Amino acid sequence: MSKHEISLQVNGRPVEAVVEPNMSLLELLRTQAGASEVKLGCGEGVCGTCTVLLAGEPVNSCLVFAVQAEGHEVTTVRGLAGEGEELHPLQRSFLEHAGSQCGFCTPGMLLTAKWYLDGHPAAGREELRAALAGNLCRCTGYTKILDAVEAYRDLEVTHVD
Amino acid sequence: MYSPPFEYVRASSWEEAVAALERGDDDAHVLAGGQSLVPMMMLGLAAPSLLVDVGGAGERTIERRDGALVLSALVRHIELEQSDVVREACPMLSEAVRHIGNVRVRHRGTIGGSLAHAESTAELATVAVAQRATVRVLGPRGRRTVPAAELFVTHLTTSLEPGEVLTGVEFPTAEASGSGSCFLEIARRAGDFAMVEVAATVSVDQEGRCNDVRLVVGAVADRPADVSDAAQALIGARPEQPAVAELARAVADEVEIGPSSHAGEEYRREMVAVLVERAVGAAAERAEP
Repeated sequence: MSKHEISLQVNGRPVEAVVEPNMSLLELLRTQAGASEVKLGCGEGVCGTCTVLLAGEPVNSCLVFAVQAEGHEVTTVRGLAGEGEELHPLQRSFLEHAGSQCGFCTPGMLLTAKWYLDGHPAAGREELRAALAGNLCRCTGYTKILDAVEAYRDLEVTHVD
Repeated sequence: MYSPPFEYVRASSWEEAVAALERGDDDAHVLAGGQSLVPMMMLGLAAPSLLVDVGGAGERTIERRDGALVLSALVRHIELEQSDVVREACPMLSEAVRHIGNVRVRHRGTIGGSLAHAESTAELATVAVAQRATVRVLGPRGRRTVPAAELFVTHLTTSLEPGEVLTGVEFPTAEASGSGSCFLEIARRAGDFAMVEVAATVSVDQEGRCNDVRLVVGAVADRPADVSDAAQALIGARPEQPAVAELARAVADEVEIGPSSHAGEEYRREMVAVLVERAVGAAAERAEP
């Protein structure tokens, strides 16, 4: 296998690596970009645990090869909080509403919810449920997750008003 | 988690993709969005020797011209879902694409990739056959077009020749007026593989009588089945009960149901009847005379 030199941005930081084509973006993030907050769940694109934003869009980092991320910006859950901010308001909302139990699905839930609300700031519960349908929580804490997302949405809506 | 090893080439044009495939061996494969092929590789069900990444081979264009909706093969499911042009020109496509996988799969997955992969439960294959779409192909011997009905041979197999790449799709646009369409499916869970899909288009004349019915059943066999012939009983009649229920029964009794690990034949045959009745009913309601 010939190796490929790639460069990308992870949460605003430049990352350069030499990778074999069959290395997934997930593996690159965890082993070469210090982003162990990205978790491997099913490895077939179903569970949503490994969700990251690639060029601002949610993707399965287990199903994208690292070589395909060449030149792009990747955002992991660690990139949610702004400079000097410990937690993003959506993360605080998850804390306040007990939207996280074992925590394994939480990064994917946060990134998907954040991405969706950025584009649909007035989304109702059913719409949010549909947007998050591809993120599985094996603690089955869906009600509290949706409560947390809705509380953040209302916070943001109030903010805008 | 690693897939089996492979060589990787990024094609910056469709011509380059064809040339790269020609240089590869029989196990060379096109990589588009990778949302079906890569899981198969991860599960050890596919082991291509070479992946030719066509992600940058062209633009992701959605255009309406000369009575057709013309899509680049690289258009992603999420773009079909959000496009007003698609919603107006081919509402069935907008309706069907929402059933595909999850938001992450819809962000990476492409229409060309889905059609070329020819998974037997793929929503877009069923819609392509139902809408009489045509795919554009580029290969070592030049360009050609293939009607969707002739593209799907069996599960994971198309009539594309080695070295050929699917570069675009054309959907004839919805008839001016008096025509309505509906796509329905049943899956075990949100985003899961469909067990039954039904795509219906109903056209009515000024008096509200049916003058054309097109019906395709997907996901129950190795490729979408055009069962429009079985629906001809509705021509000349109003698309109302009990005629629609009788039609649904006739289609369900006739359609070939293949093996499935998800549910038995009897159940899926019943669900064909249920979905045909609902889809034809909804398409007729959407068809304003």
